[in-house]
Amino acid sequence: MTSTLATFLSLAVDGIAYGMMLFLISVGLTITLGVMRVVNLTHSAFAMIGGYIALWFIQRAGVHFFLAVPLAVVVTMAIGAVLERTLYRWVYGTHGLGQLLMTIGLTFIITAIVKNLAGTQLQSLPLPSSLQGNFSVGPLTLSVYRAFLIGASAAVALALWLGIERTAFGARLRAAVDNQRMARCVGINVPAVFSATFAIGCGLAALGGALGSPMLPLEPYYGLKYLVIVLIVVAVGGLGSLRGSLYAALLLGLIDTLGRYYLPALGAFVIYLAVLAILLVRPRGLVAN
Amino acid sequence: MSAPPLQLVGLCKQYGALSVTRDVNLTLEAGARHALIGPNGAGKSTLVHQITGVIRPNAGKVLLEGRDVTDMPAEKRVKQGLARTFQINSLFNHLTVGENIGLALSAHRGLDGRIGPPLTARPVFVEEAVECLRELGLLDLAGRRVSELAYGQRRQIEIALALALKPRVLLLDEPVAGVPSTEGKRLFELLERLPRDVAVLVIEHDMSLVFRFARRITVLVEGAVLLEGGVDEVRTDPRVRDVYLGKRGHHD
Amino acid sequence: MTTPSLNSSVARAFSRHRYNLLDLVLLGAAVATFFLADLYLALATAVLIMIVFALSLDIAQGYGGIETLGHAAFFGTGAYAAGLYAMHVSPEPISGLFVGMAAAAVVGLLSGLAVLRTAGLTQIMLTLVCATLLLELANVAKPLTMGDDGLTGYSVAPVLGLFQFDIEGRTAYWYALAVLVLVYAFCKFLVSSPLGLTAQGVRENPTRMALLGVPVRRRLLTLYAISAALGGAAGALSAQVNNIVGLDSLGFTMSANVLVMLALGGTGRLYGAFLGAIVFMLLADRAAALDPTNWLAALGVLLIVVVRFAPTGLSGCLARWTSREGTQ
Repeated sequence: MTSTLATFLSLAVDGIAYGMMLFLISVGLTITLGVMRVVNLTHSAFAMIGGYIALWFIQRAGVHFFLAVPLAVVVTMAIGAVLERTLYRWVYGTHGLGQLLMTIGLTFIITAIVKNLAGTQLQSLPLPSSLQGNFSVGPLTLSVYRAFLIGASAAVALALWLGIERTAFGARLRAAVDNQRMARCVGINVPAVFSATFAIGCGLAALGGALGSPMLPLEPYYGLKYLVIVLIVVAVGGLGSLRGSLYAALLLGLIDTLGRYYLPALGAFVIYLAVLAILLVRPRGLVAN
Repeated sequence: MSAPPLQLVGLCKQYGALSVTRDVNLTLEAGARHALIGPNGAGKSTLVHQITGVIRPNAGKVLLEGRDVTDMPAEKRVKQGLARTFQINSLFNHLTVGENIGLALSAHRGLDGRIGPPLTARPVFVEEAVECLRELGLLDLAGRRVSELAYGQRRQIEIALALALKPRVLLLDEPVAGVPSTEGKRLFELLERLPRDVAVLVIEHDMSLVFRFARRITVLVEGAVLLEGGVDEVRTDPRVRDVYLGKRGHHD
Repeated sequence: MTTPSLNSSVARAFSRHRYNLLDLVLLGAAVATFFLADLYLALATAVLIMIVFALSLDIAQGYGGIETLGHAAFFGTGAYAAGLYAMHVSPEPISGLFVGMAAAAVVGLLSGLAVLRTAGLTQIMLTLVCATLLLELANVAKPLTMGDDGLTGYSVAPVLGLFQFDIEGRTAYWYALAVLVLVYAFCKFLVSSPLGLTAQGVRENPTRMALLGVPVRRRLLTLYAISAALGGAAGALSAQVNNIVGLDSLGFTMSANVLVMLALGGTGRLYGAFLGAIVFMLLADRAAALDPTNWLAALGVLLIVVVRFAPTGLSGCLARWTSREGTQ
C-alpha cells in the first residue's frame, strides 16, 4: 500500500473516530430538541461537566477509568435532572429567544464555576493501559483508543435506536413527541418523560465529554468553544433525527480531519464552508423530519 | 359574459385508497352568498385547502375569474383576488387593530416593502383605512391591541383582515365558531354588511347563520356533492335531514 | 368624507414610534455626559458605540424577529473594513464609515440568503456559523488582518478635515454621538415606515403575512442587510476611535454581549438598546475590573433573572409602569 493511501486511510479512521465522538456529544441535544423542542445551548457544557467529574473520580478518588466514566455519567444526569426541573421548566413553551438566553446564561455560570474549581489549563482523562498504544490491521496502524471510541459510540447508537424503537419507554417517548395532549390523555406522564429524556441527553453528553477528552481537551471555556460544532451536527443532521446526527457527525468529522491535513492554510475554515454549503442545498438538514 | 369569480371543476383528491374529494363542482357567481355544509369528516377542510392552494388536487381545476390557478401556490392566489379567514384566529396580536388593517392594506397596495414616510403620512391611505374600519364597525377599536380584545371582536378583525385585501372571492372558515352568543350579534351584522360585489363562500356548522346568510347552499357528504340549491330547497330536502340525523354515511 | 378627528385617531393607532420627550432627555444626557465624564470619556464613547450596535440588533431581532447568535459578524466586518481602508486607501473617517457599512451590508446580504432560508435552531446555528466562519477567515488571512495581534498602525484623519482626533478622546465622543444620532433617526424612520410595519407583522405571524401576499423572505433579507450595515457602522466607529481592530470584534463574546444588552433593555422598542447598552457597559466596566471570572457568572445570573422575571426587559417594565400611571 502506498504511503499516501495509508495516510489517507489512517486519517479517515481518525476522522471517523472524531465524528463518532461528536455524535456522542451531540446526540443528546438531538433527542432533547426533538422531544422537548427546547433550544438548549448548555448542552456542550454538560459534556464538559461529565469530563471534569470523571477526571475528579480518577485523580482524587482513585477510581479506575472504566468505573469513573459511568459514575460521571450518572452524576451529570442527576445535575441535568435537577436543572430541568427548575430552570428549564421556566422556559418551556416560551419564545425561543428566552430559551436561548437562559441556556447561554447557564453556560456562563457553569464556565465560571469550573474556572474557579479546576483552573484554566487544558486537561484530559488519563487513559488506562488497556486503551493505550496502537495495533496493526494489515498495513495500517490504529490507536487502541480511537478504535475503542468508535466501538463504544456505535454501541451507544445501537442502544439508543433499540431503546427508542423497542422499549415501552421509547414508545411513550414517541407518543409524547407526536402529540403531547393525546399522550397525557392516555395517561402518559409527559413531564416525567421529559425529565428522563433530558437526563439521558445530559448523560450522553457527559459520556462524550469524558471519553472524548483526549481529542477535545477539558477546559472551562469548553462549553462555549464547542457549542458551535454541537449545534452544527444537530442542525446539519436534521433537527430531532438520530440517524441524521450520526451521518452529520461522521461527515463533519471526516471533512474536518481531512480538511485540516490536506488544506492546512484554510484550517478550521473548511468545516464551516462545508456546513454552509450543505444547508444551502438542504435547509432542513440531511435527514429532514 | 365575464367568468364567474370562483369555479371548481371536477376536483378530486385521494390519499392512497381513500377518496376525500370526489368530482366536486361548484360555481360562485358575482356577489354570491354561498354556504358549504356537511357533517364532520365530509371533506370540507380538504376542499377549502384545495381552493386556497395548500393542497394540490389529483384531478380537476380551480378557476379564479376564469384563470386556472390549480398549480398556483397559496400566496400567489391572494394576489389574484382570493382571501380567506381562519378557523383559529391568525392575527398580529401585539399590534393594534389599526396596524393589522394597515398591514393588509399596505400589502394589497404593494407598499409593504417601502422605506419611506409612514403609511399615516399618506392621506389617501388613511382615508381607506378609516373607511375599511368604519364599514366593519371597528373604528372605535382602532387604537387597541388585538391581544386586549374579546374573542368575538378578534373574529371580526379576522374577517376585516381578509376584506382589506379587496378580494373578489372571500372564503370564511367557520366565522362564528366559538363566539359566545352575546358577541355574535355584531359579527352577524358584519357578515350582513359584506360588500355586495364580493363572492362569499362560508364553511359553517351553525345552521342559523347558514339559513340567514346564504342564498345558495352546497351539501358535501363523504367528499362528494350531495345537493346544491337555494336555502328552502336544501332545508326541506329529506336526504339532508338523513345525513345530519345519522341515517346515511356519517363518520368522524 | 372623513372628519379630521377620525383620521387622527387612526393615525394615532399607528404612531407608536413618534419622537417624544424621552428622545430629548437622552440627547441632553449625552451632551451632559461629555462635560461630566472627565476620565471616563473613553468609556462613554464605548457606550455610544455599543448603543449603535444594540440598535442594529434590535432592528433584526426586535422588529424582524430574526434571532441571531452571530451579530458580531457585522461589527467585525465593519471594523476590519474601516481599519483596512484607513490603512491602505485613505485615512478619511466618514468615507471609512461608509466603507465599513457597505462591507457589512454585503456580508449581511450573503449570509442572509443562507440564514433566512432556515428557521428556529437551524437559523440560530447558521448565524453562529457565519460569524465563526468570518472569525476563522480573519485568523487565516493573517498577512492582511494581523490576526491575533490585532490590526494596528493606521491613523484616522480629522473629521470633515477640521476636528482632529485628540488624546483625551473629545473628538471621538462627538463623532460617535453624531453617528448615533443619525443612526437613531434612521431607525425611527425605518420602524415607522411601511417596511417597519411589515417587519413587525412578519415577527408576529409570518404565515399570515405570506397569505397577505407579502414576499416575506425578501422583506426579511432587506431588513437583515440594513441591520448588518448599522452593525458595521458601530464596528467602523470602534476601529476609527480606538485605532485597533482585534479578532474579538468577530467573536462570540461580542455577539453574546449585545444579546445580553438587548435582553436587559428590551427588544422591539428602540429605547431598549439605550437602556441595555448603558447598564451593561457600566456594569461590565466595574465588574471586569473587580473580578473577570465571576463577572461571567454574574452575567449568566443576570440573563436568567431577566428571562424569568423581566422578559420584556427594562424598557418593557418601564412602558408597563408608565401606562399604568395613565400617561398612555
